[in-house]
Amino acid sequence: MSAMLLSLVLLLAGCGAPAALSPAGPQAGQIAGLWAVFFWVSVVVEVAVVAFLLYAVLRARRPVLTLPALAAEPLAERRLTRGVSAATALTAIVVVALLAASILVTRALGALHAPQALTVEIAGHQWWWEVEYWDPVPSQRVRTANEIHVPVGEAVLVKLRASDVIHSLWVPPLHGKKDLIPGHATSLWIKADRPGAFGGQCAEFCGYQHAHMRLLVIAESRGAFDAWLARQRRPAPEPTDAQARRGRDVFLTGPCAICHTIVGTPAAARLGPDLTHLAGRTTLAAGTLPNTPGHLAGWIIDPQRIKPGVHMPSIGLDGADLQALLAYLGSLK
Amino acid sequence: MSAELAVRDVDDAATRAALEVTWAPPRGVLGLLGTVNHKVVAIRYIVSAFVFFALAGVLALVMRAQLAYPEARLVGPDLYNQIFTVHGSTMMFLFAVPVMEAMGLYLVPLMVGTRNVAFPRLNAFGFWIYLIGGALLWGAFLLNAGPDAGWFAYVPLAGPDQAPGKRIDVWAQMITFTELAALVGAVELVVTTLKLRAPGMSLNRVPLFVWAMLVTAFMVIFAMPAIMVASTMLAMDRLVDTHFFNVAEGGDALLWQHLFWFFGHPEVYIIFIPATGFVSTIVQTFARRPIVGYPAMVLSLIATGFLGFGLWVHHMFATGLPKLGESFFTAASMLIAIPTGVQIFCWLATLRSGRVLVRAPLLYVLAFVATFVLGGLSGVMVASAPLDLQLHDTFFVVAHLHYVLIGGSVFPLLGALHYWLPKMSGRMPSEGLGRLTVAILFVGFQLTFFPMHQLGLAGMPRRVYTYLPETGWGPLNALSSVGAALLGVAVLLFVANVAWTLRRGARAEDDPWGADTLEWSTTSPPPAYNFVHIPVVESRHPLWTHPSPRVVTGLRIDVREVLVTDAIDAVPDHRHMLDGPTLYPFLTAMAAGIGIITAIFTPWGITVGVVLTLPPLIGWFWPAGEAIAGTTREKA
Repeated sequence: MSAMLLSLVLLLAGCGAPAALSPAGPQAGQIAGLWAVFFWVSVVVEVAVVAFLLYAVLRARRPVLTLPALAAEPLAERRLTRGVSAATALTAIVVVALLAASILVTRALGALHAPQALTVEIAGHQWWWEVEYWDPVPSQRVRTANEIHVPVGEAVLVKLRASDVIHSLWVPPLHGKKDLIPGHATSLWIKADRPGAFGGQCAEFCGYQHAHMRLLVIAESRGAFDAWLARQRRPAPEPTDAQARRGRDVFLTGPCAICHTIVGTPAAARLGPDLTHLAGRTTLAAGTLPNTPGHLAGWIIDPQRIKPGVHMPSIGLDGADLQALLAYLGSLK
Repeated sequence: MSAELAVRDVDDAATRAALEVTWAPPRGVLGLLGTVNHKVVAIRYIVSAFVFFALAGVLALVMRAQLAYPEARLVGPDLYNQIFTVHGSTMMFLFAVPVMEAMGLYLVPLMVGTRNVAFPRLNAFGFWIYLIGGALLWGAFLLNAGPDAGWFAYVPLAGPDQAPGKRIDVWAQMITFTELAALVGAVELVVTTLKLRAPGMSLNRVPLFVWAMLVTAFMVIFAMPAIMVASTMLAMDRLVDTHFFNVAEGGDALLWQHLFWFFGHPEVYIIFIPATGFVSTIVQTFARRPIVGYPAMVLSLIATGFLGFGLWVHHMFATGLPKLGESFFTAASMLIAIPTGVQIFCWLATLRSGRVLVRAPLLYVLAFVATFVLGGLSGVMVASAPLDLQLHDTFFVVAHLHYVLIGGSVFPLLGALHYWLPKMSGRMPSEGLGRLTVAILFVGFQLTFFPMHQLGLAGMPRRVYTYLPETGWGPLNALSSVGAALLGVAVLLFVANVAWTLRRGARAEDDPWGADTLEWSTTSPPPAYNFVHIPVVESRHPLWTHPSPRVVTGLRIDVREVLVTDAIDAVPDHRHMLDGPTLYPFLTAMAAGIGIITAIFTPWGITVGVVLTLPPLIGWFWPAGEAIAGTTREKA
C-alpha cells in the first residue's frame, strides 16, 4: 500500500504534471493549489491508517479460541475510547480546514471578471463546438468552430448554451468544467496567463461521439489575436484559380451547402460548423484529425468511419471533384 | 403475554420433528415457485445477483479491452454506450443493492432469533419482481436493445427526441421494477428487525450488522421512491408525451438530475452501510473481543443515513449553482467523512486491543480498509466544489467510485460470504484459496483503478469509447486493462472456492469461527424453522455470554408461529402466525411483469397489468382459515 503511494508520488513527479495540474490560467492555478493541499493530507491519512492497521494486526496478542472475556479492563478501554475520540476530533478539524480552503478557492474562482471583456458564446452540438465572438455590431460578430482564440492576460467571458443535449466545456489547464444545458444559460470566465494551445474536451456524456468532441483554446498576444479576429471578420476569399473555382461550385451545388456556411457565398446553413476560414484551423472534426488535405479528403468521403454516428453523411464525389473541393477549402485561410 | 421464559428442559427431538413438519418446504412446482422460506429466497437472490455481477463484469472486461490502446476498433460507440450503461445499471440496480438486501434477508432473521421474515409472501414476490426486471434488461441488451444513455440516463439524451426506439423505455421499466423489489426487501428488514427480535434483544443489544441493515432499509424507503417517480416520469415523457423534462414545452432538464441524484447519492450509502455491518462482524469475531465503541458505531450509521440525503448536489457542481448552495453541499459532503472516520477508528482500536486471529475473512477486511480509506479521501476531494470542477466526469471519478464500491463494498461482501458460507452451506471454504483470492483481488484492483486517478487529471473524460493516440493516455490505460484481467481471475478463484466448498469442504460445526451472534447457535445449515427454540438474549454477545442461550417455550409448533416483541426493548408482546408457501406471489409478479413489458410499447400495458394482477391478488388476499385464539393472523 505504501509502495503504491510512493509510486503515485513518483508518477506525479516523474512523468510531468497532468493537464489539470499544469495550469495556464489563474483559476486552474488556484484549483491546482487546492489539489496539493488535499493530496498531501490524503497521503498522510492513508499512510497513517494503513501503518496503524498493519501494526495492530501484526503486533496483536496471540488469539484465544475460548470464549472472549466480556468483562473489559476499564483502564485499557478508557484509553481506547480516548484514542478514538482524539482521532475523531482530529478528523473533524482537518475536514473543517479543508472545507475552509475549499470555500476560499470557490470565492477566488468567482472573483475573475472584467468590464467590457471579450465575450465568446459557445454552443454545444453533437459533436462539435460552435463559437461566436460577440460584438454590439452584428456584422462584426465572428463565427467559427472548435477553436477558440483568446488574448493572453485578459479575462474572457464565455457564455454557454446547448441546443440538443447536455455537454460540458472542459479545458483543464484553464479552468474546471461548466455544463451546457438546454434551457439553462450558463457562463464562465477564463484567463490565460501564458501563450499556448490548450486542449479540451466535452466532459458530459452526449451520445455516440462524446469521445471525439474536442476543442482547442489558442492563447496569443493581443496583437496576434486582433489580427486573427480581423481575418475572421472578412468573408471567404474569392478563389483565384480554376481548380478552386470548380471546388466552390462543387461545394455550392453539392450537399455541403445544406449544412455549412461560407460567408461571402450563398452557403449560409448552420447545421454544421462554419467553414469560412476552415484552412486557418489546426484540426478537423472537432479536434479529431490534423487539418491536412489528406485527412480532409478522408473526412469528406467517409466521416462515418472516423466518427461513427456523426451527423455528417458520407459525400460521394468523384476524384476530380474531390480534388477541386479540397483546393477550394484549402484556400479558405 | 403468552410466551414463557424457561430454561431448556423440553423434549428437543419431538419439538424438532414437529417443527420439521410445520415448516417443511413443499415439493414440486410449489416448492420451486411458491417457497416463502427467507433463506431459500435470499440464496436465490444472492445467486442471481452474482450471475448479474459476473455478466456485468464481463462487460467491464470488454470495455477495458476496448480502452487498452487508443482508437481501438473492438466495439463501436453504439455498442460501447450500451455496454457501459448496462454495466453500470446492472452493478447498481441488479447486483449491489439486491445482494446487500439479500444478505440481510438471509441473516437478519437468524441474527435476531426468529423463524422467518415478517411478510414471507411479500418477500417471495420481491424476488420474482427483481428477477423479471433483471431478465428484461439483459434480454433487451442481448437483442441489441440495451439502454445506451448511461446508468444516470440524463435527459434530453434519454428523452424521446434524442433516444428514439425502446432502449430507454426498457431501462426506465427495469428501474421501476427492481426498485419495487428493493422497497419490498427494505420493508421486510425494517419490520423483521423491529418486531421479530428474540426477547431480551433490546435495541442496545442488536448486532451491528442488523443495525446496518436497519439504517440501510430506512434509506431505501426514502431514496427509492425518488428514482421510481423519476423513471416513471421519463417513461411517461417517452410513452404519452408528458413533457416533464421537455425544455421546449416548459419542462426542465435539471429536474431529472435532482430527482436522480436525490436517489443516486443515498444509493451509494445503501450499498456501503451493509458492508460496514460485514466489517464490524468480521472484526469482532477475529479480534476476539467486542467492538470498541458500539454506541458510537450505531450513531455513526444513523448519522451517515441522514447526511447521505444532503449531498446529492455534489454531482451537479458543474451545472452552475449559486455559490452559497455550492458551499452548503460541499460542507455536507465533507462532513460525512466524520461518522465514517469514527467507524474506521473503532475497527482499528478493536483490532489493536484484540487477540487477532488472521483468517481469510479478516484479510478481506484489511484489503477493505486500505482501499476504502483511499476512496474516501478521493471522495473528500470530489466533495470540494472547486476541485470537483476539474475532477467531475473524468476517469478520476471512475477510480473514486470503484474504490468505494468495490473496495468499500465488494471486498467486505466477498469476505462476508467466505465468513457465512459455513452457515449457509454447512461446509468450510478453503482457507488457502481464500487467501490467494484476496491477494490477487487486491493487486488486480489497485492495478486496474489506481492509474485512473492520473488519467482523469490528465484530461480523460468518462464514458468515452476511445481516445486519440496523441493524448498520451495509452500506457496507463493498458496497465489498467491488465489489472482488470487479474480482477477477473480473482473473481473466478472466488467462485472456484465456493464450488469446492459445496462439493468437498469439511463439515462445518455450528459455530466454526467462535462468533457471538445467534445465527451461530443453530445448525449449519440452519433448518427451515431456524431455531428449535426461540432464544432469550441477555447481552450484546449472546454466544459469548452463554454458548447455549436460554430459550422461549410456549410457541405453537404445529403452525408457523413466531413471537412478536416490542420495538425498543424486545419484550414479548404476542404470538403471530406467518403465512406458508403459495404460488400467488409468483403469479402476481408474472402478471405485473407482462403488464410492465407491454407498457414499453403501449400505454395499454398499464391496463393489461392491472387486469392480469387482479386475480392472483384476490387469491393472495382471500381470507383463509379462522383466527386462532391469542394470535394475530395477517396476510402478507
